[in-house]
Amino acid sequence: MAILIYAESENGKYKKDSFEIASYARVTADKLNTSVTAVSINADDPNELGNYGVDKVLHISNDSLKNFNAVIYADIIKQAFESESSNLAILSSSSNAKYLGSLLSVKINAGYITNVIEIPKEFDPLTVKRNSFTNKAFEYTKINSKNRQLAVSKNSHGVIENKTSIQIETFEVTLASSEINVKSTEKASNKVTIADAEIVVSGGRGLKGPENWWMVEELADVLGAATACSKPVSDLGWRPHSEHVGQTGKLVSSNLYIAIGISGAIQHLAGINSSKVKVVINNDPDAPFFKAADYGIVGDAFEVVPKLIEGLKTFKSQNT
Amino acid sequence: MFDNKNFKLNYVFLSTKFYPLNIMKILVCISHVPDTTSKINFTENNSKFDENGVQFVINPNDEFGLTRAMWFKEKQGASVDVINVGLADTEPTLRKALAIGADKAIRINSDPKNGLNVAKQIAYIVSSESYDLVIGGRESIDYNGGMVPGMIAGLVNYNFVDKCISLEINNDSITAAREIEEGKEIIESKLPLVIAGQKGLVEESDLRIPNMRGIMMARRKELQVINAIDEDNSTCTVSFEKPKPKGEITLVSSDNVDELINLLHNEAKAI
Repeated sequence: MAILIYAESENGKYKKDSFEIASYARVTADKLNTSVTAVSINADDPNELGNYGVDKVLHISNDSLKNFNAVIYADIIKQAFESESSNLAILSSSSNAKYLGSLLSVKINAGYITNVIEIPKEFDPLTVKRNSFTNKAFEYTKINSKNRQLAVSKNSHGVIENKTSIQIETFEVTLASSEINVKSTEKASNKVTIADAEIVVSGGRGLKGPENWWMVEELADVLGAATACSKPVSDLGWRPHSEHVGQTGKLVSSNLYIAIGISGAIQHLAGINSSKVKVVINNDPDAPFFKAADYGIVGDAFEVVPKLIEGLKTFKSQNT
Repeated sequence: MFDNKNFKLNYVFLSTKFYPLNIMKILVCISHVPDTTSKINFTENNSKFDENGVQFVINPNDEFGLTRAMWFKEKQGASVDVINVGLADTEPTLRKALAIGADKAIRINSDPKNGLNVAKQIAYIVSSESYDLVIGGRESIDYNGGMVPGMIAGLVNYNFVDKCISLEINNDSITAAREIEEGKEIIESKLPLVIAGQKGLVEESDLRIPNMRGIMMARRKELQVINAIDEDNSTCTVSFEKPKPKGEITLVSSDNVDELINLLHNEAKAI
């Protein structure tokens, strides 16, 4: 009855999300008095999972699994779920995990809850807290079915070190067939992604035009942050749609979110509300963002941001 | 996985609208959700969403998909049906989809407790009516489950593209783009297909506001009500909770950005 997690890796390296759900599964397993098994596909060093509480790894090494395929991967996790006689599967909220998650839940007949943000509140029946109404509310949901599946929100639990004596087992799988073929992938190079970033720096219409985005980019550079923008900015074509954060764009749950020249429409705030610390820089003291942020500067972005960049450069040189 | 043989015969008699055989059949799943600007409150001891004074709309992610479906209908020839799993109060939202240009609406009469229940109801219609393309949204902006399209695909064994930001169809071959963390992935596949759509399928500026003619025509279009099958109870809501009101903001003078750096480092521990 081990808890089964899917430890996602890319080019052989585990994603941070994998360590976070391993940590989450460890705490949950201790409460249920059971163990944690991870399914791992083509990772270089499965032993790494032993730093975060995983007891056993079902290690799969197979060249035909080099590229992610939701149907085939979901089927592998199903095989592992059955082989471990598990009744609880835990996934991250990465794009790939959510893609395969809905397929998996049907395959293993599991009641499925996404956006989970805390360790289960109750275990019989399993009851968890999740984000709902696009970060405007929390919802407690219970699972009545025998098999259960959770997708844990990014940055909600954190990565917690917990050394275990890990056991690595080679897992033989059969590959399902799929008519989904990935022809190519277009990735922005050398950039921190909004999903993975600890810090996100975001610009709005207050920056007056795309030519002024150097401020956002330089500030992001100093902080090692991802860049983002508000909806009007992407609608105007100043920045690519992939940077749009908000209710209909990307959802941000970073540690620090810095909004420059963004007034803070309710749809924008909904998309960034689960970020831990929010900073606003805006020349309009009545901008709604000042009601949602933790720290704020009322002032002209064109004066404040360059000063902030200089100040942070000095800070970084003294604190690294 | 999904056995529909027993239902199929019944369903044929229920259906009154027929399309030419060779035309692509599209089904767009429409979630009926509170407008994006709604204040979110709960009632009945925090167990139910308070609909009082709330304006309901087509879920934004579904609207992008519906608009793309209209494009297929107009440029390539397709029939477009819309479906919702809900009680009678969702009908104005389905009528709006008809006013935008959908041919027929289906409402499965059920107050769904979870995503799987919605998926099961829709999967039954998808397989009994043999739709070629099923368009859902990445997630609904109310419960944010983000699972219904994938579950439908899993139940009826169709190909599936999540977070779909572009879709082209050529006979039974499709090319789609899926949004991933670092950019996008270009996928080739075949019909029948389910997608979970979002902005990018069409742009905001492509969205259509129903005109008077569309609204008048929508009144005469078919809105079929079907009883639910096999209600699912695998998960259910226990209660809701609103986030605690935010503490006061700490304002820093624009002449003293070093103080902001200091606070972010020492107090918030964010840098």
